[in-house]
Amino acid sequence: MLKIDNLHARIGDTEILKGLSLNLDAGEVHAIMGPNGSGKSTLASILAGREEYEVTEGSITFDGVDLLELDATERAVAGIFLAFQYPVEIPGVSNINFLRSAINSIREQRKEEPISGKDFLAKVKTCGQLVELDGKLRDRSVNEGFSGGEKKRNEIFQMAMLEPKLAVLDETDSGLDIDALRIVSEGVNAMRDANRSFLVITHYQRLLDHIVPDHVHVLANGQIVHSGGKELALELEEKGYDWIVEPQAGKA
Amino acid sequence: MSAADENPLLDEFTKKEYEFGFTTNIEADKAPPGLNEAVIRLISAKKNEPDWMLEWRLEAFRVWKTMKEPDWAHVEYAKPDYQAISYYSAPKAKVKLNSLDDVDPELRATMDKLGISMEEQKRLSGVAVDFVMDSVSVATSFKDKLSELGIIFCSMSEAIQEHPELVQQHLGTVIPVKDNFFSALNSAVFTDGSFCYIPKGVRCPMELSTYFRINEAGTGQFERTLLIADEGSYVSYLEGCTAPQRDENQLHAACVELIAKDDAEIKYSTVQNWYPGDAEGKGGVYNFVTKRGICETRAKISWTQVETGSAVTWKYPSCILKGDGSVGEFYSVAVTNNAQQADTGTKMIHLGANTNSTIISKGISAGHSQNSYRGLVQMGPRARNARNFSQCDSLLMTDTSGAHTFPYIESKHPTARVEHEATTSRIGEDQIFYCLQRGLTEEQAIGLIVNGYAKEVLNKLPMEFAVEARKLLTISLEGSVG
Ligand SMILES: Nc1ncnc2c1ncn2[C@@H]1O[C@H](COP(=O)(O)OP(=O)(O)OP(=O)(O)O)[C@@H](O)[C@H]1O
Ligand SMILES: [Mg+2]
Repeated sequence: MLKIDNLHARIGDTEILKGLSLNLDAGEVHAIMGPNGSGKSTLASILAGREEYEVTEGSITFDGVDLLELDATERAVAGIFLAFQYPVEIPGVSNINFLRSAINSIREQRKEEPISGKDFLAKVKTCGQLVELDGKLRDRSVNEGFSGGEKKRNEIFQMAMLEPKLAVLDETDSGLDIDALRIVSEGVNAMRDANRSFLVITHYQRLLDHIVPDHVHVLANGQIVHSGGKELALELEEKGYDWIVEPQAGKA
Repeated sequence: MSAADENPLLDEFTKKEYEFGFTTNIEADKAPPGLNEAVIRLISAKKNEPDWMLEWRLEAFRVWKTMKEPDWAHVEYAKPDYQAISYYSAPKAKVKLNSLDDVDPELRATMDKLGISMEEQKRLSGVAVDFVMDSVSVATSFKDKLSELGIIFCSMSEAIQEHPELVQQHLGTVIPVKDNFFSALNSAVFTDGSFCYIPKGVRCPMELSTYFRINEAGTGQFERTLLIADEGSYVSYLEGCTAPQRDENQLHAACVELIAKDDAEIKYSTVQNWYPGDAEGKGGVYNFVTKRGICETRAKISWTQVETGSAVTWKYPSCILKGDGSVGEFYSVAVTNNAQQADTGTKMIHLGANTNSTIISKGISAGHSQNSYRGLVQMGPRARNARNFSQCDSLLMTDTSGAHTFPYIESKHPTARVEHEATTSRIGEDQIFYCLQRGLTEEQAIGLIVNGYAKEVLNKLPMEFAVEARKLLTISLEGSVG
């Protein structure tokens, strides 16, 4: 479903991704771990279509479509969702109004009818329950004055509302307390199905106790340097990255 | 770096032609260009005015000749040649209309293009629309319903004929003829406008609405509006306009006077979308407006404005809080794009004790436009315990646009309190990307963010007007980030 091949990307003069390859099949959950600054969020941004990053080499196909040909909006319409590491505040725009606009925009571009008020509200209710989002947060401005954990929960709420085919979760676990981590993970697990894939970026193995991945990859220095099953996360937790990453260091 | 270098898509939108640029073909009966006593006599005679009105105009003209065009505002423009303007034009076939069906089909079509279908207005909101087409009213509705309550809502010309005592008693009492260059000019040559009187204790049951439209190329338009809310009455008044595209600058120097007697309340809302000119500002409307209201004891005047049009705007809707316990409010969103220049704000003159005023100003600058807030809060020697709160925010859409804030505060009473807050921010790439990632188009994203930013002001508009205003904000900023 998602095929990244030899991806090179830069911002300004700095090359951040240096030949990254990754394959995700439908229904799979892949975790990406790796040191700070290794390029994880960059990869997420590029998948979502952020134009500041220049792709200099390589390809990304999504459901057989050349993703690099699509702009950010078109990618969302194609079913890509990014739960941001740092969700943005939009003052004066209610969460609910924002989501309804988003859903209807996507529907319009898919040549579908707008969602009815009734269906929308029903969906808000189920998705809100899924991540136990406080009712008040739905009516407040998008992320404005939300706590760190509330923002992350809101990202997963939005994901549930938008029902993407591919969800990229960038450190959704950071900032969550223990209960919230469990709730959000359960929300994600409830969304897992044969047609939906997840790319879960995290620093901590404990998230992967809840959201059990099919594959774990280590991203270091702009490349996937190691891949394995879910047990790799445990190993990383114990040993750190040095044993994998060190041989790569210094190489351009 | 300019918007164009950063994003070609945005640039394409920025160059989008004025959406409402079209002209209605209705023959005009027009005075030759130039301003002198003879022209003023012609205007007065054409309108069959009483002598006192003519005298008032002539006196204003004498005063105007001694005045100089102001240049303290943060705007630059080629000063109009006042002798090159024609000061009178009227649609040839002047007929009184009883129902909307009698309205000129071409006019109806124009309204449709503007998206202000009268049927819908009538059906949805019960708005009585008084249409001012090139200085002379051509359509009025809901008259009967209003007159049952003793409410007078008509064109200024009609008021001068039918209610001369009310006009003579109040005209120029809030904005004296000699107040400023443009108000003096307006007093000399105004051709029409709206008049409204709400009797004691009457709550006007519908939003009173007037759509202004500048129609004849080269015709300066000088509207005169007088709104009197008698003791304990209430009225919500809407003024909205959008002008057709043209090549020469059009001068617009309106005067709006509001009088709120004891315990009365006036809510005055404006959506202004006159032709801003091309990307260089050529051909846009010069909007030099004087708007002022006076509040007697415990009266309240609330100005709400959404300003998106005009090449140059010079406008300060103000409140004179004369009576004790009176309240003044000013809520404004001013958008400038391309080469537009706006210098707008308010004056809150606190004369009475326990007077209260609120100023919320939201400036949005795009392109290489200049957007200035200019506000005066004056606490007079009797203004015991008077309060003002001002919040002036500026949102920059580009590196090349400018936002300026000029707050003036004068306090002559030790117990008076004035609070002023100001912020300037840049529209965030991160905010836009967040919206795009959720499936919104760039246009929708900007619309959403800007409407969110201006929400406090938009919320003050009557419902049906707010919808139009939101649309307008989005349209006028399409693709203007850079
Ligand atoms: N917009 C940018 N401008 C300049 N440098 C950038 C930009 N975005 C990313 N980088 C650099 O690229 C590298 C990778 O950043 P990225 O955010 O992808 O790392 P990460 O793996 O997500 O790290 P973390 O675990 O801390 O979230 C870092 O060195 C970062 O400073
Ligand atoms: Mg990161």
